[in-house]
Amino acid sequence: MTSPGPLHRLAARPEVGALLGAVLVFAFFSVATERFLSPGGVATWLDDASALGIVAVAVALLMIGGEFDLSAGVMTASTALVTAVLSTRLGWNAWPAPAASLVFALAVGALNGWLVLRTGLPSFIVTLGAFLALQGVNLGVTRLVTGTVQVSGMRSVPGYESAGFVFASTVKVGGTAFPVSIAWWVLCTAVAATVLARTPFGNRVFAVGGAVEAARAVGVPVRRTKVLLFMATAGAAWLVGTINILRFTSVQANQGIGLEFQFIVAAVIGGCLLTGGFGSVVGAALGALVFGMARQGIVHANWDSDWFQLFLGVLLLAAVLVNNALRRRVEGVRG
Amino acid sequence: MTGAPLLEARGIGKSHGGVVALRDVSVVVRAGEVTCVLGDNGAGKSTLIKVLAGVHRPDRGVLLVAGEETRFASPREALDRGIATVHQDLAVVPLMSVWRNFVLGSEPTRGFGPLRLLDRRRAREVTRSALAALGVDLRDVEQPVGTLSGGERQCVAIARAVHLGAKVLILDEPTAALGVKQAGLVLRHVARARDRGLGVVLITHNPQHAYSVGDRFLLLERGRVVNSHMKSGIGPVGPAAGMAGGAGAALERELRGDAG
Repeated sequence: MTSPGPLHRLAARPEVGALLGAVLVFAFFSVATERFLSPGGVATWLDDASALGIVAVAVALLMIGGEFDLSAGVMTASTALVTAVLSTRLGWNAWPAPAASLVFALAVGALNGWLVLRTGLPSFIVTLGAFLALQGVNLGVTRLVTGTVQVSGMRSVPGYESAGFVFASTVKVGGTAFPVSIAWWVLCTAVAATVLARTPFGNRVFAVGGAVEAARAVGVPVRRTKVLLFMATAGAAWLVGTINILRFTSVQANQGIGLEFQFIVAAVIGGCLLTGGFGSVVGAALGALVFGMARQGIVHANWDSDWFQLFLGVLLLAAVLVNNALRRRVEGVRG
Repeated sequence: MTGAPLLEARGIGKSHGGVVALRDVSVVVRAGEVTCVLGDNGAGKSTLIKVLAGVHRPDRGVLLVAGEETRFASPREALDRGIATVHQDLAVVPLMSVWRNFVLGSEPTRGFGPLRLLDRRRAREVTRSALAALGVDLRDVEQPVGTLSGGERQCVAIARAVHLGAKVLILDEPTAALGVKQAGLVLRHVARARDRGLGVVLITHNPQHAYSVGDRFLLLERGRVVNSHMKSGIGPVGPAAGMAGGAGAALERELRGDAG
């Protein structure tokens, strides 16, 4: 057995496909459009990528741990609604309201995880149930409380100034306003990547996703690890929901639907296997970046945004094929 | 051989819903010895190791760890008493690197409290040195375990159990589905673990493999012990009888060849 060279090693990294994709998409739109590389243009696609990327990096951890969460998209709306209802209807300050919303998100995440592990059902089904249930609660509760399908008026809530500064302000860089969500995205990616690669917990995430029985046999707490991953995903969705409600000051009850697949697509583009045990947090962040650049690039190029879906579909299929080839190489077929 | 055996089972009986899986089975595991459990499929081998490893509680009979009567509530408890089991299939996580597998479940850390990080350098060193101590030559601990051969994977799992302080090593069919060369590799490392003073329980249905490293032999048939003896008491004609000579000779060569 010979030791593979550094180039070979690099080619076997899960995020290499996403990096290549990001470079290609970046180069293409930089050449094809004028606005894409302008500071204002950069801010639009970084902003788009950040809202996606914050949850995508958590979803990547969850997928590496061998599970899915289809309720993460709707959760961004649920958490925004909880915050909005508590503060605009019950008069809560703009700090304790999101804090209560975070507790709600973590509880739903824990429930998701507990149900998956308790029943042994695929998380795809369990969180599909959570997705539908949350969607119903979002609409039902909003209509009960407001008589409409949206909650607004966040701006006049006490504490809005400081909370808005932390979650929804912009930072001027060279005359262009960059949303602070980009910093949150970078922070989430750094934390998640560190946890995955450099902590015992991260090692166990790989193990519970790659071979759960082997993990259990050496004493890895499978249940706790997976429940924490579901909670982290819900927590990331809460962060996006909080950023949204503080930035737009209102929330529609039907928001967030469809985002769950975008998170998964970003994670898969980033090298996560659908079967778990392999993937990359930085890859998922790059996947979100590809997503944001393509979506905004198409707008800058004045194309019909319908083409974005085509692009996305092709990209997803290509990513899955690359991932599968990688996996076969990594797993090996030797007896 | 003096002193209490590391692990002893006396008169073990176990039934699964009316079906008798084990009846009056006794087995002794001593430090520096390999106890081989032989038998066909369904003879009760796996039930016996599950009793020894703390997965099943026996209906009858007693377990003694270092001469002290013990009841294991869980495999974890058995592990804490130094009884480690290496299963045939679920020993390692194929997609993870050798060193990540090696430290899994007992990762070395540095730093304090919630900021404790995985000490990757130490994890790699520990992996390298523990593998080297058992004579497993892996140039690259960074490669995924999936790229190793079946024999090498077993060796990694065995080395890990030894490293984690196992006193008794229960190996469930470690050589099943391996070729002669690969099986020889695994058995060589079983012998090395034995020489380091571990007690080994080797479950196999291959008498040749058992005879090449075993000190005690237990032949199970439909849950009963039909033959139990020490190596000295019986020649190579014993359990190895009926084996094809060619494969046996090749295995012996493989074992001797690199044993130094």
